[in-house]
Amino acid sequence: MPGSSIIEVKGLNMWYGNFQALRNISLTIPRHQVTAVIGPSGCGKSTFLRCFNRMNDLIPGARVAGQVLFDGQDIYAPGVDPTEIRSRVGMVFQKPNPFPKSIFDNVAFGLRINGYQGNLAEAVESSLRRAALWDEVKDLLHKSALALSGGQQQRLCIARAIAIEPAVILMDEPCSALDPVATLKIEDLMRSLAEDYTIIIVTHNMQQAARVSDTTAFMTMEEDRAGIVVEYGPTSELFANPKDKRTEDYITGRFG
Amino acid sequence: MQQATTLFHRRLRLRKGVGDVFHILFLLAVFVGIAGLLTLLVQVLVQGLPWLNWHFLTSYPSRHPEQAGLLSALVGTVWLMVLTAAFTVPVGVGAAIYLEEYAPKNWLTRLIEVNISNLAGVPSIVYGLLGLTIFVGWMALGRSLLAGALTLGLLVLPIVIMASREAIRAVPWTYREAAYALGADKWQVTKGVVLPAAIPGVLTGTILAMSRAIGEAAPVLAISALVYLTFVPTSPLDRFTVLPIQIFNWVTRPQDEFRGLAAAGIIVLLVILLSMNAIAIYLRNRYQIRSEG
Repeated sequence: MPGSSIIEVKGLNMWYGNFQALRNISLTIPRHQVTAVIGPSGCGKSTFLRCFNRMNDLIPGARVAGQVLFDGQDIYAPGVDPTEIRSRVGMVFQKPNPFPKSIFDNVAFGLRINGYQGNLAEAVESSLRRAALWDEVKDLLHKSALALSGGQQQRLCIARAIAIEPAVILMDEPCSALDPVATLKIEDLMRSLAEDYTIIIVTHNMQQAARVSDTTAFMTMEEDRAGIVVEYGPTSELFANPKDKRTEDYITGRFG
Repeated sequence: MQQATTLFHRRLRLRKGVGDVFHILFLLAVFVGIAGLLTLLVQVLVQGLPWLNWHFLTSYPSRHPEQAGLLSALVGTVWLMVLTAAFTVPVGVGAAIYLEEYAPKNWLTRLIEVNISNLAGVPSIVYGLLGLTIFVGWMALGRSLLAGALTLGLLVLPIVIMASREAIRAVPWTYREAAYALGADKWQVTKGVVLPAAIPGVLTGTILAMSRAIGEAAPVLAISALVYLTFVPTSPLDRFTVLPIQIFNWVTRPQDEFRGLAAAGIIVLLVILLSMNAIAIYLRNRYQIRSEG
């Protein structure tokens, strides 16, 4: 059901110890679209992204209030297992981080730990194909993933993430360590993946947000450095007719 | 300008001279170390090689030098190393995993960490007496291989723990993050990602620990107290002796021939030690190639 929403954030606040990192964020993420989160450094974009798969749980002192409804279910409700959430909300990180294992084992890792019952080799191949990496690595499957180039490593990380069939893929500045050619390949990939997955991408690159996303959230921080969402809407509108002065200043390069 | 030149008294020649003196001093320091080692090796080889033959490796000790061998000590050492490793590696790596991955970062954890480092500095005879009390006495294991292995295990445990912790800590957080993001739980992250990446370091620590254990005489003497053994142990509960004790015994004999035997024993000990190190280096390289190459 494209057009419907998959995630609904309601009154989300987040603290690291006594420091409030996010304040009162509410928005809905449309299904099977690319949603970009942009904003100046330190405004909490990555922190916000990590609220969707409860990665912030791993940081001592991190605390969340409010709701993140994933298909109607609050992922912060008591009794919800974060590992269950993470197998349905995948993540790709800023710096490509394949395991120091073979290419095959990298993609198979998530399948194995989640008790995949099907044909492992087929699942690995189909994930690598969907990540547009198969042709480059099909003869190297049992070579170390660390021998790949940065762009290939990042596509491998995408293959690893989609292997376990998540509904959502979070991408935390996935191209910031890559050259322009590798960046374009990842962006093309994002567009094609959006047919099957919902993608939320944090990026500091406004052109990238404009190129790949359907919807954009602009974040900034308040006086006490807590991150807020200033403006949220269709990417074309947000870039063409920003409603808020702060959004306009940022996208025209006057701030940030 | 005039002013500046008179304010500085550069003494370039003197500074260079002082530098050269230290250069030579440090070079000498290296020579002292190497010369000592070489003298020792040459002396041992000259004295020991004539005595080193198949008969020496396959015979029991004897009061007749030409009939004496170190079979019981050799077998005892191999037994002891295997048992010590079997006890130390799982316990040491387990403790390291707990301290690095599970333990809350609080004062109690830090206290435990400091104490583990301190334990590495406790004299080995103290461990020998501890083992005598606990394993031989309370646990009634007798003066057995098992009691010896547990004692040596305690002695080298801190080394294994500290080396394994270093290795585990060196595994980048990004690997753990990637595994967690795929829905792994803590044990899956540890077993699937952290341990495989830490294995080269763990192996290095283990071999360091075993190298320490193989040369220890004092704690084994406290446990076993046996020198003259004319049978080879066949189970962990048998009595035993080890190479350092046999060597020590021969050195203390009045006859010159026994000194030759002691030197031959030292050669055997060195060969075992170097083989263990070689195996460790081989294993480490193999794992490193697998993960990086």
